[in-house]
Amino acid sequence: MQRAVRGLKSFFSSSGKWLPLAGLLIALMGPLASMAFAADPSGAETLAADPKAPVNYVWVLVCAFLVYIMQAGFALVESGFCRAKNAVNLMMKNTMDFCIGTIAYMAVGFAFMFGADKSGLIGTSGWFLAGGEYDVGRYLLYMFQVVFAATAATIVSGGVAERLKFKAYFIYSIVISAIIYPIYGHWVWGGGWLAKLPFGAGHVDFAGSGVVHTVGGWIALAGAMILGPRIGRFNKEGRPVPIPGHNIVYAVLGCFILWFGWFGFNPGSTFSAHQLRISVIAVNTNLAAAAGGIMALLWTLKKTGKYDMGMTVNGILAGLVAVTAPCAWIEGWAAVVIGLIAGILVCLSVDIVEKLKIDDPVGAFSVHGINGVWGLISVGLFADGTYGLCTTDAPLVKGLFYGGGTGQLIAQLIGAGVCVAWSFILGWLTFKIMDIIFGIRVSAEEELEGLDLGEHGADAYPDFVTTTLKK
Amino acid sequence: MKLLKVIIKPFKLDDVKNALAEIGVQGITVYEVKGFGRQKGHKEVFRGSEYAVDFVPKVMLEIAVHDDQVAKILDVVKKNAATGNIGDGKVFVLPLEDVMRIRTGEKGDKAI
Repeated sequence: MQRAVRGLKSFFSSSGKWLPLAGLLIALMGPLASMAFAADPSGAETLAADPKAPVNYVWVLVCAFLVYIMQAGFALVESGFCRAKNAVNLMMKNTMDFCIGTIAYMAVGFAFMFGADKSGLIGTSGWFLAGGEYDVGRYLLYMFQVVFAATAATIVSGGVAERLKFKAYFIYSIVISAIIYPIYGHWVWGGGWLAKLPFGAGHVDFAGSGVVHTVGGWIALAGAMILGPRIGRFNKEGRPVPIPGHNIVYAVLGCFILWFGWFGFNPGSTFSAHQLRISVIAVNTNLAAAAGGIMALLWTLKKTGKYDMGMTVNGILAGLVAVTAPCAWIEGWAAVVIGLIAGILVCLSVDIVEKLKIDDPVGAFSVHGINGVWGLISVGLFADGTYGLCTTDAPLVKGLFYGGGTGQLIAQLIGAGVCVAWSFILGWLTFKIMDIIFGIRVSAEEELEGLDLGEHGADAYPDFVTTTLKK
Repeated sequence: MKLLKVIIKPFKLDDVKNALAEIGVQGITVYEVKGFGRQKGHKEVFRGSEYAVDFVPKVMLEIAVHDDQVAKILDVVKKNAATGNIGDGKVFVLPLEDVMRIRTGEKGDKAI
């Protein structure tokens, strides 16, 4: 026990007075739990008022669980694309950002995103899921939204892989889950100002090309820029040197798991099983992934003469990211076109990022940051006016190619610009401030030896190590 | 006595081992090794970027033999390990000062 307390103290010692803060948070939760509520914690009233509720609850929860398993997909893609000496570190980051995200989003993130709106800028009620939040409907919303928040958080670990201190990642996870993600999310999904833009149907982002992927992708870019490239990524003449990942099988298995999880991510965002549009959404999701994979394969075949598995994984994920915003409002052919363009964009972006001497080990920015923006813009072009905002009623979402004019496109461009600026600037500040205070990059010796040993005292594959009990 | 270090392509190991057993070789030690000769390395691709792999995987057999076995063994290795392409490997023949069988303590030719 004492050893555990010492460990906690050393963990937080260089980053200020964390222990009292944690105590304060726990003290705050007590009175909140005993507050009076007029909500429906048992579900009886909700069921009586809406006999159709059960199928919606099951639908949303099953989709939330599918999105949850995307954490495993990210963990496998990232560790597979990086070296064996950092595999434990990447597993730990993907594990801990979900644990931290769950608690931080429960404490304040959910309230900032879905609490009572203040001036279209921020939510201001519902802390700690307590009081009036103790309600089956609100808990359902929390469950579906927390797995999205954790997805945004976990995108970043790939961009900062193999050189970021774990302590910095721990603190970053709190900041994105409690502040960066939920406040922007409020602007789009919580009834905030972007949703109310006077163009088209307002800025729309069906399942989160912007809210989740653009946010995560641009924070990843900020982190990668502040950290600088891994040792050996560029040689003395400044030419890029590939650092091959240690397990392509992991990376591809991770890609399949992400693809599977996306069938919850997008169709579940109707938040209702009675919206039969879910079949269209599922098909569009699948089409864009397939098209993205084919295009990235052909693009790299032309460049290298080989059928490249790694870029094919990136192309599939790029297609999925891009179709996430438009999936509810487009026809099948448009999903294919959006996926094909995503497959090209991800390849071009990987080359440009490399030319700029930025080291993004798994392509997190090119997959999520670039194609998140492309997904938002594509709504303004391809939306066909057959479906509205999770309802078949007006306002219907209609883009340029279907005679909707430029209104929706303008709303999408504004939203994309705001999303990029918000996430990049706050991500930059988060990493920069930590860097000034305690330095976010591990020492050169630790980087060369691998973070698994330095940060975790562990080895992902300890096959040939003989062990004896430590005296 | 001689010590042979036989470096060959990994997929030729079974053929070479079986052929050597047929001519009476009684013990072989195998290592997985990496290296390059005139073959140099080869190119691989990771996420759209090409890179050179200088040290390619081979297996190395160590065989301790009587002097009069050497010519026969070299002949058998050539027959069974050659593909005719660059990168087939090499055999190094080294003088062997002494050998001891640990179980009995026998030394020299008797211990091979």
